Amino acid sequence: MRLCSKYIDKALFYVLVIFFPIILYLVFVWSPIEKVMGPAQKIFYFHVGCAWVAFLAFFIVGIYSVWSLIRPNINSFITAGVSAEIGVLFTSIALVTGMIWGKTSWNTWWSWEPRLVTTGILWFIYVAYLFIRKMDGPWQKISKLSSVFGIVGCLNVPIVFMATRWWNTKLHPIVFGEGKNETGGGLDPEMLLTLVFSLLTITLLYVFLMRKGVEIERMRMVVKNCKNEIMNKLTIRED
Amino acid sequence: MISVIRDALIIAGKDIVSELKSKQTVGMMVIFSILVIMIFSFAFDPVDRIIRNVIPGLIWVITIFSGILGLNRSFVSEFENSCLSGLRLAPVDPVSIYLGKAAANFIFVSIVQLFSVPLLFILFDYKLKGSFIWLLAIIFVGTFGFIIIGTFLAGLAANAKNSEMLLPLLLLPLLSPLVIAAVQATRVVIENESFGEAISWIRLMAGYDLLFTAVCILLFEYILEDT
Amino acid sequence: MLEIKNLTKVISRRPIIKNVSLTLNDGEIMAVLGPNGAGKSTLFKCVAGLLKPTNGEIMIDGKKLKTGSVSAKKRIGFLGHDSFLYSNMTPVENLMFYGKLYRVNDLENKIERLLKETGLFLFKDVPVGSFSKGMVQKLAIARVLLPEPEILLLDEPHSGLDQSAVLFLNRYILDRKKTGKSVLFISHDLNAVYGLADRAVVLKNGKIVEASGEGGWENLDRLKTWYEQAVAG
Ligand SMILES: Nc1ncnc2c1ncn2[C@@H]1O[C@H](COP(=O)(O)OP(=O)(O)O)[C@@H](O)[C@H]1O
Ligand SMILES: [Mg+2]
Repeated sequence: MRLCSKYIDKALFYVLVIFFPIILYLVFVWSPIEKVMGPAQKIFYFHVGCAWVAFLAFFIVGIYSVWSLIRPNINSFITAGVSAEIGVLFTSIALVTGMIWGKTSWNTWWSWEPRLVTTGILWFIYVAYLFIRKMDGPWQKISKLSSVFGIVGCLNVPIVFMATRWWNTKLHPIVFGEGKNETGGGLDPEMLLTLVFSLLTITLLYVFLMRKGVEIERMRMVVKNCKNEIMNKLTIRED
Repeated sequence: MISVIRDALIIAGKDIVSELKSKQTVGMMVIFSILVIMIFSFAFDPVDRIIRNVIPGLIWVITIFSGILGLNRSFVSEFENSCLSGLRLAPVDPVSIYLGKAAANFIFVSIVQLFSVPLLFILFDYKLKGSFIWLLAIIFVGTFGFIIIGTFLAGLAANAKNSEMLLPLLLLPLLSPLVIAAVQATRVVIENESFGEAISWIRLMAGYDLLFTAVCILLFEYILEDT
Repeated sequence: MLEIKNLTKVISRRPIIKNVSLTLNDGEIMAVLGPNGAGKSTLFKCVAGLLKPTNGEIMIDGKKLKTGSVSAKKRIGFLGHDSFLYSNMTPVENLMFYGKLYRVNDLENKIERLLKETGLFLFKDVPVGSFSKGMVQKLAIARVLLPEPEILLLDEPHSGLDQSAVLFLNRYILDRKKTGKSVLFISHDLNAVYGLADRAVVLKNGKIVEASGEGGWENLDRLKTWYEQAVAG
């Protein structure tokens, strides 16, 4: 089992090593330059990938939150936490790339575009979730509290999106239609292929980081337990 | 079911009676909300027309910020002398504790609104163009959602040492859709005679309220449970 | 009858209670003794339902107690280190509140009687926040006694009480014994233990290291030497 998981890690690592040059080539050399936005449009491929993983990671947090309420165990607790940490990273990247996109495309850093706003709110929900996990107390308690928040937060994300989209159409009814660059509906086949490939690569990267993160967290747990046990033994001897 | 509501009323009654005696929390919330209005008028020139555009938003800003003060108190006070343990030992469903607290908080925030919202209209010589009943309905639905999720997260945050700082951090992101809907609906009703546009926003708020009432009732016992 | 079976409680991977088993018969008064940090309060919290046992079970009249079950909560009265009282409310308001939650009949008369018996009647309209430690303890005891639970769990009930309140409490406990109700209490005061308890167990490092037989002790000194040996051994 352990050996098998090691092979999966290795395989993932090599796949990523191969995929990364390919994706760079596809994005920067192979795919055509967009007519309106020019080379800046290339950031789109990374932006969409990171945004997708940002939401996926929080969905995973939600799933593991439900699971750890039903059956509390340390593994779900750790997995949810690692997914949230990686999620914050990808959300941040998605926000920054989104802002760069906004600057080149609409000449404002922050456009109040619903997807971008939702990503921003998602970032705050993530941070709040991580703050709960930083509370002190036994992990069982932290697990319960953070899971409860994870579930409520997860349910909130689609509502935030709905509300911001609605709100946006009221604010700027014309500017953000279902335009060419927004949906991918008007993408060239080369662009579409590049996008799909970048989505795949970034998702694999997420999976890889998850596995590594969980492994590290588990090791940390083992070390902490050993420490505790030694402390317990020492205090008992003193009595 | 009846006993759940009965216990909730007993708990809400306890909070209200002790608030009636001290009048501290609600008093401070009212003062705070007036101060927020003041600061806002300094931030925007009060005679200018700009401030009129932000009044629908201001109603919700004062509700939420003064509300957070009260929400914080509502569970922190239960941790003094471990009263919450006393409640958990008593033969009551955790849901009753949640509903009781939420009911009391709703009443406190409504009292604050009773003072601060008319004051807002008076200070800025602002006139309601739409229907008063609809404005009340919007304020009710919005405040309800705020209290539902706010009470829940206040209970969650009370487990932390720095709960007063943690609560806004947890609460505000989750409130964002509600705030958007509430502000838009309020604006429509205040500025227009027809409220047709407000209906979809009210529907969104009502959906939010229902969903989170159910979820919070379902999950509250996990917040109370000790390991 | 209260049975504790192989109860284990681990907090942050540290075992606080280790495999404790106890049986408390109807109409029996049992004392739990032991040095500070032995885990006595933790044991009581587990039985009362404030803490979830890591392992083992607690049974009342042969039925397994589920943490959080409403009917079980009504049968157990727990006095902890904390008073569970609202300091901005008066004794009457506090007792009214808890009495309503416990669905106590004839509440007002009962509250008046309890306040008179504990000697707090004069202070019935003073907020609890201004009370001395002993007065708070008296009111906390009144709160526990108000719903007349079948099983009383008292964690150091005598601490801070004046002589008359101690007498009231001891008399109350002994009266209850006659009606077949049982009491489990923690105390560091061996005099009180000698006067009240039918049996005693000594807890040390989360384990029961000694349990006395039934029938009590011939005299106080016997009890003292028995306890000292148990703690030292
Ligand atoms: N919530 C907790 N977290 C960590 N340790 C605890 C907790 N509660 C109790 N303990 C530990 O459990 C031990 C027993 O505590 P307690 O039951 O209060 O002892 P006693 O009442 O016998 O004096 C103590 O060493 C204490 O440090
Ligand atoms: Mg103790």
